[in-house]
Amino acid sequence: MSKPVTIYRHRVATRLWHWVNAVAVIVLIGSGLMILNAHPRLYWGRYGANFDTPWIVFDRFPGWVTIPQTYNLALARQWHLSFALVLGFGLLAYMIVSLLNRHFRRDLTIRRRDLTPAHIAADIRAHLAFRFHDPEAPGEYNVLQKISYVLILFGLLPLAILTGCALSPALNAGFPWMLDLLGGRQSARSIHFLAASGITLFVIVHLVLVILAGAVNEVRSMLTGRWRVPE
Amino acid sequence: MSRLLSRRSALVAGAGGIVAACDSVAKLPTAQALLGGAERAHRTLQRTITARDALAVEYRPEQRSPVFRSNGTANPDTPDYNAHAATAFADWRVTVDGLVARPLSLRLDQVRGMPSRNQITRHDCVEGWSAIGKWTGPRLSRLLDAARLLPTARYLVFHCADRLSGRPYYESIDLVDAFHPQTILAWALNDRLLGIPNGAPLRLRVERQLGYKHAKYVHRIEAVASLADIGAGKGGFWEDVAGYEWYAGI
Repeated sequence: MSKPVTIYRHRVATRLWHWVNAVAVIVLIGSGLMILNAHPRLYWGRYGANFDTPWIVFDRFPGWVTIPQTYNLALARQWHLSFALVLGFGLLAYMIVSLLNRHFRRDLTIRRRDLTPAHIAADIRAHLAFRFHDPEAPGEYNVLQKISYVLILFGLLPLAILTGCALSPALNAGFPWMLDLLGGRQSARSIHFLAASGITLFVIVHLVLVILAGAVNEVRSMLTGRWRVPE
Repeated sequence: MSRLLSRRSALVAGAGGIVAACDSVAKLPTAQALLGGAERAHRTLQRTITARDALAVEYRPEQRSPVFRSNGTANPDTPDYNAHAATAFADWRVTVDGLVARPLSLRLDQVRGMPSRNQITRHDCVEGWSAIGKWTGPRLSRLLDAARLLPTARYLVFHCADRLSGRPYYESIDLVDAFHPQTILAWALNDRLLGIPNGAPLRLRVERQLGYKHAKYVHRIEAVASLADIGAGKGGFWEDVAGYEWYAGI
C-alpha cells in the first residue's frame, strides 16, 4: 500500500467564504421559513393578499426548521436581514477574489469537451458507481460538479439576492426595473421562495455527496485546504 | 456503514444545530445588538443608493387589487370614536403641534378642501402580502409648511385613535419621508371616503415603507426632536411591543 498522496485543493478565500456562506444560507433558510409562516401563501403578479388566488398555500412550517423555533416575525426578520447582508457582500467579495486568483477560470470553467454527451454519460455512470474523481486529474471538479457550482454561484444565489432586494418598497422606488423584470412584487416573492428551494436542494445533495465521497477527507480539505487523493 | 451513518448524522446535526443554536444566540446582548444593527445598515444602504425623492411605483386603475384588505385594528370602537363615526366624522380634528411655530387644528372638511394628490400605489405588509389601491389626500408637507416646522424638529409622530392591547397606536417617520412628494394624509381609498377598517377618517401613506408605518385613525401629528419620550421610545407601537424595525424599507 503506497503512502497517501495529498494535494492542496482549496485556497483560503474559498474555504473562508464556504463556511461563512454555509452559516448564512442555513440561517436565511430557517428565518425565511418563519417569515413565510406569517403569510404562507404565494401569488403571481403585482399584488396578492387573502382575497386573491394563490398558486400555493403551505401549512405552517414546523419549529425544527424555522428560526426562531416559535412564532416571532420580528426576530425572524432581524436574522434574515442581518444574514442577507452577509450572503450578499460575502458572495460579492468571493467573486472578486475568485476572478483575481483565477479560481473561477481554473476550476469552474466548463469546456466544450466537458459537455459532449459521451463525457456527461461517463460522469453520470461514475457518480452511480460512487466514483467522484477522475484518477487522471484528481484535483479537478467533474463536469456535474462544475455545472451545479456554476448554477448555484451565478444562478440561484444571485437570483435569491435580486428577488430579496425586489421585496423592499424603498429599493422598488429607486430601481423600478427590478419589479418590471420579475413581473411584480408577489412574483418576486414567489421566485425568491423558488430560488431558496433550489438552494436548499443543492445543500442536501451537496451534503449527501460529501458523505459518499468521504466526509472526513472532504470536510478536512475545506478546513485546511489539503485533500487526500483516493487510491 | 455505521460510520457512514454517524458521519451523516454529524453533518445533518451540524446544519440542524445552527437552526437550534440561533434561539440561544439571540438571547445574548451582543447578538441582539448585531441583529438590531441590520436595520441601520439597511437604512443607510437603501438611502445611499436611492434618490431622496425617488418615487414609489404608481399603477394604472385596472392594476388595482379587486379587494383592498385591511389589517391591524378593524375598528377602534371607543365611545369617542364611535360618536365621531356616527356623525360621519364631521367634528373630527387633526392637530399639528409640538415643535412648530404655528400649531394647527384642522377640521376634516378643511383637510379635504386642500389640494390633493391621487396615487395608485402598492401597500406591502410586513407579513408578505401586497394590495394595490388608489389614495387621495393632501401632501403631508403642505400641513407641515402651514404649521412652520421648527429647525429642531427631526421626526413626526402620528397619534392614532385606536388602541391595541391597551396601548394607543402610534407611528413616526423622519423628515426625509415626511417631505417626500408621495407622503400624504389620505382621506379616500379607491374614490370613496376612507372606510373604518382602512383608517377612517385619515391615515398616513408613506409609500416607501411597510404597512405598519401607515398610521390609521390619525388625530394628532406631533413634531419632536427625539422619539425617546414617546411610548416605549422605539418610535412606534409595533416597534415598542414586538421589536419591528423603525425603518421599514424592506
